[in-house]
Amino acid sequence: MRKILSLAAALAAGLVLAGGVGTQAQAQEKLKVGFVYIGPVGDFGWTYQHDQGRKAIEKEFGDKVETTYVENVPEGPDAERVIEQLARAGNKLIFTTSFGYMEPTLKVAKRHPKVMFEHATGYKRDKNVSTYNSKFHEGRYILGQIAAKTSKTGTIGYIASFPIPEVISGINSLMLGAQSVNPDAKVKIVWVNSWFDPAKEADAAKALIDQGADVISQHTDSPAAMQAAEARGVKAFGQASDMIAFGPKAQLTSIVDNWSPYYIKRVKDVLDGTWTSTDTWAGMGDGEVVMAPYTNMPDDVKAMAEATEAKIKSGELNPFKGPIYNQDGKLVVKEGEVLPNGDILSMNWYVKGIDDKVPGK
Amino acid sequence: MAIRLERQETVPPLGLIAAPLLALLFTLVVGAVMFVLLGHDPLRAFTIYFIEPLTDPWTLQELVVKACPLLLIGIGLSFCYRANRWNIGAEGQYVVGALFGSWLALATHGTDAGPWVLPAMLVLACIGGALWGLIPAFLRVRFGCSEILTSLMLVYVAQLGLDYLVRGPWKDPAGFNFPQSVTFDAVAVVPLLMEEGRMHAGILIALVAVAAATFVLGRTLIGYSIELGGSAPRAAAFAGFDERRVTYGVFAVSGALAGLAGIIEVAGPIGQMQPSISPGYGFTAIIAAMLGRLHPVGVLVASFVLALTYIGGEAAQISMRMPFDVTRVFQGTLLISILAADVLVRYRIRRVEGASHA
Repeated sequence: MRKILSLAAALAAGLVLAGGVGTQAQAQEKLKVGFVYIGPVGDFGWTYQHDQGRKAIEKEFGDKVETTYVENVPEGPDAERVIEQLARAGNKLIFTTSFGYMEPTLKVAKRHPKVMFEHATGYKRDKNVSTYNSKFHEGRYILGQIAAKTSKTGTIGYIASFPIPEVISGINSLMLGAQSVNPDAKVKIVWVNSWFDPAKEADAAKALIDQGADVISQHTDSPAAMQAAEARGVKAFGQASDMIAFGPKAQLTSIVDNWSPYYIKRVKDVLDGTWTSTDTWAGMGDGEVVMAPYTNMPDDVKAMAEATEAKIKSGELNPFKGPIYNQDGKLVVKEGEVLPNGDILSMNWYVKGIDDKVPGK
Repeated sequence: MAIRLERQETVPPLGLIAAPLLALLFTLVVGAVMFVLLGHDPLRAFTIYFIEPLTDPWTLQELVVKACPLLLIGIGLSFCYRANRWNIGAEGQYVVGALFGSWLALATHGTDAGPWVLPAMLVLACIGGALWGLIPAFLRVRFGCSEILTSLMLVYVAQLGLDYLVRGPWKDPAGFNFPQSVTFDAVAVVPLLMEEGRMHAGILIALVAVAAATFVLGRTLIGYSIELGGSAPRAAAFAGFDERRVTYGVFAVSGALAGLAGIIEVAGPIGQMQPSISPGYGFTAIIAAMLGRLHPVGVLVASFVLALTYIGGEAAQISMRMPFDVTRVFQGTLLISILAADVLVRYRIRRVEGASHA
């Protein structure tokens, strides 16, 4: 009798709630996935690649998912509103793809415990907030080797965005790669204090070329530097996406962010009901960091790059394998050891040979 | 042949009400054509843009959150613009105000400071913003420098100062070198007005500012001297009003309100110091001030209209997958038609045959 009563109560509650639940049930038939972008989808860099990942989800799951995105969302209170709006619009999985969305994502996640959040490049997690990032520095080691082999002046130009660990570790990895080929390689760094500012990026590229750099590397999102290099007849590396269209004669290769495998996996986890909060830092071996075709270089350089790529993929080579000295000549990583992931993710020092100072240090 | 705009002697009150409505109608027609061409249902788009944000308690609160900084800054700018002083640098005054206030929040962080912290932060922010605003005022009074240029250029100085502090001395020591301060303590945070949602006490301060500004501008000698100095500087001088004092005064008020908006935003919705604390509120507020015809109540309405177009635009991106740029084109169309209609109603277009340029 008691059982029947409680059953009836549950039924009644269900009926009362049905109005509200109805829309939710519909949403569950189709998993709604939302994306928040820092730049325009047409930046041909960071945001473009995330949007490629979104399209890959649609292609993979077809009718089972519905995706949406909001572009050009400033980091700050606007981000919190947009994320909240996505959660309220019935999105059950939300990717927030810029570091500055970290606190807003966590705040919204607290209010929507049933929505799952994925924050790119952050370090704070929660029960329903995962973080993910890629080991871009693995690709930069190869860039360093190619640059050192290709450069006639021995000077590599580096357009850097913000002095956060991801960027610092990228510079170090490139330098270590370059030193493995030419111990006297030099790297010149220009900070543009922006992820996406085509005019500044182009100016930085020109300034670096004027200072004798004949290979340009960038940690910013637009193809402006590639275009500048093409115009001045020097070589360059693309960033985030394959930028060969912007530098058919200039591009040596490009580090392509391939978010598709991760995005597809996470959507599948949600559909299967196996999603949990995780911290993912995948690299070349996982197919998340992909090298664009090696172009505009001699065959022996190409062969070297391919060999290094294979070694990094198999795990045989780790860019941060000792011995590594810092700028003061102090041994930081001993022979035969590798720098722990945590130390790479909080890196704020340069390796020996970089003739510059970490900003703000 | 030239075309000249002449101020109408008398503007029919009906026209003043009809102008924005006609502008809205024009925008809807232009928008409908644009949406149809892009394959969107215009009626659905308008509903999402203008109606839906007003029907949900959560978006209503968000409207308030978004309008609050625009309102505070816009009121301050009304003082300047009425006096014919063109402060374009409210964005910088906003940043410096936020810096002054945040300094106290960070200095008292982790100590058992009492509830005096937040009020003191607000006062510091007013002082900081006012000081930053007084620089272009001084340069104009002393050297005759264009305040348009100097106030604008000081925006970049302020932003780079913020950048330096957040990446250097104010960086969260436990933050892996990422450019953010610690999150503020509870005593240094603007309280929320409701359990659910983000509406905070800043809007109350803004409403007090609306009332105070309406009174000062409309009912006091100070307001009169600002108005007269702006519209008839020579008459104001003969009447014994000191032009320099007006310049300093309006810049101080404008800077203080912008600074206040800055700290309310940082200690409110953001909750910590970070490199970007404003999506251009200081510039958007110029539009709010103009749309509101430099009247505090008008600025209040304009701020909410602007906030609505932002939130509606985001909603259209989410639920209709409308591109960001299309939402901004639509917003721009609305703003420019309202301003144009306003001019056309108050001025007469007259063709002048063979007129020489003055």
